[in-house]
Amino acid sequence: MNDDLKRNIILDHYYNPLHKGLVNDDSYIKVNVNNESCIDNIDLMVKIEDNVISDIRFDGEACAISTSATSIMIKMLLGKTIEETLQILKEYEKMINEEIYNADIIDEAIVYNDIYKQPNRKKCALLPWRGLKKVLKEK
Amino acid sequence: MNVRNDFPMLKQNIIYFDNGATTFKPYSVINAIVDYYSNYTANAHRGDYDNSLKVDEKYEGTRENVCQFINASNTKEIIFTSGATDSLNMIVNGFFKYNLKSGDEILITRSEHASLVLPWFELAEQLGCIIKYINLNEDLKVTMDNVKASVTNKTKVIALAHTTNVVGDIRPIKAITQYAHQQGIYVVVDGAQSVPHIKVDVQDLDVDFLTFSGHKMLGPTGIGVLYGKEFLLKKLKPHNVGGGMNVDFTSLKEFSYRELPHRLEAGTPNIAGVIGLGAAIDYINKVGIDNITKHEQMLKQYAVQKLNSLPNIEVYNPNTKAGIIAFNVKGVFSQDTAVYLNKYNVCVRAGNHCAKMLSEDINVSSTCRISFYLYNTTEEIDYLVSLLDNKDILRESL
Repeated sequence: MNDDLKRNIILDHYYNPLHKGLVNDDSYIKVNVNNESCIDNIDLMVKIEDNVISDIRFDGEACAISTSATSIMIKMLLGKTIEETLQILKEYEKMINEEIYNADIIDEAIVYNDIYKQPNRKKCALLPWRGLKKVLKEK
Repeated sequence: MNVRNDFPMLKQNIIYFDNGATTFKPYSVINAIVDYYSNYTANAHRGDYDNSLKVDEKYEGTRENVCQFINASNTKEIIFTSGATDSLNMIVNGFFKYNLKSGDEILITRSEHASLVLPWFELAEQLGCIIKYINLNEDLKVTMDNVKASVTNKTKVIALAHTTNVVGDIRPIKAITQYAHQQGIYVVVDGAQSVPHIKVDVQDLDVDFLTFSGHKMLGPTGIGVLYGKEFLLKKLKPHNVGGGMNVDFTSLKEFSYRELPHRLEAGTPNIAGVIGLGAAIDYINKVGIDNITKHEQMLKQYAVQKLNSLPNIEVYNPNTKAGIIAFNVKGVFSQDTAVYLNKYNVCVRAGNHCAKMLSEDINVSSTCRISFYLYNTTEEIDYLVSLLDNKDILRESL
């Protein structure tokens, strides 16, 4: 995927993020994640039914990378089992950290495959996934 | 201003506009620190040998230097700390903790830095004091009318920055102290963003306490100053006790402390830091603080004018004096702008700049901040403006 296409996808998710806006529903697990060294701040709500992620909502204020990464994460994880989610998470983290990863299950998140070239952006790409880990711990 | 060759960091291919966070150091400061570590290392206030005496001379010489720089009435009023944060915590927890009571009001503003806000929040919680805010006017400035409107017969202290770190407004400190002292109100001023940039005369301003940091004025990190009027500092309880600040102690738990300023400097001090700060003040004196002020104000006016000519830029504080500009590229999150500029080796800060309550007044949660110092140039501003004159900043930040 060339850089131009990657940028298009990132901007598309930034301007029109999926599932933005929280809902008032106690059946969701709700967490907040922020990057201490910058200003990204995201609330994440995840609904898990029968071991499957049935819904994710988010809100907050964050840069283009964090916001788009959240939207892309939501798109990827809806309908996935916890086991599948953990597998995707593992491969995603490997990609961000410039390790060998399985591109087949990374899907659209492949747009961040060279984010390691901008170390100051890595934490942005990881932010929603950190939130997801928190959710899975609270489950 | 012909100073750029004095700063090794300027040999790198970067444009540094984050002087509100910290500043570059001239060779004279770096060399002074290296000289201490290489040629006359010894502890302070201790020995009878030559190097130890030389350390004392340099250490106490810097106290004298600081004293003159801010025109304190004597060196007992100059306490070395680890920085403005340390100084502010000492003032709040060593003095006000014992001089305020439940129901007393502490007056601050919403544009203050966390280092000034949080010690008061903690103290207010402990003692049952009330935090009140002086309203800012439409230019985000503190006016005497608003100060007077906020003072009640319960106000015991007004605490605020001399120059704020996001808005860059220079507060009317002299008028504030004059008014406050008539009502028996103490005035605590954080000079972290003023002392490096404008002439600060503590006697003229008549502040009760002033704090600042060395690293924001060409000095090293980890060194700062607490200024207090002598009669107030005498009542300030040391937050650290230990070596260097006591006269004597016995096994019967009898003990006595030394006089100011040593009473408030327990333990081996940051000797290299003090010596570096001394060299920084020498450097500023050589250039002339008034020349620095003029240069920065020129840069500010120049930059605001250029930035205002760009339709995609919003400047939040065009009408304040200090060399600080808070801005955003319309439609672009501040951090994305900073990342974009970083691609061209231009260093600016994005965020809320530790002034987290300011968003309540400017209706924007985060900004990019440019903050100038003596080594910045109009050519650097031209380059910045050329980079910001771009419709695709967000896209190119990715």
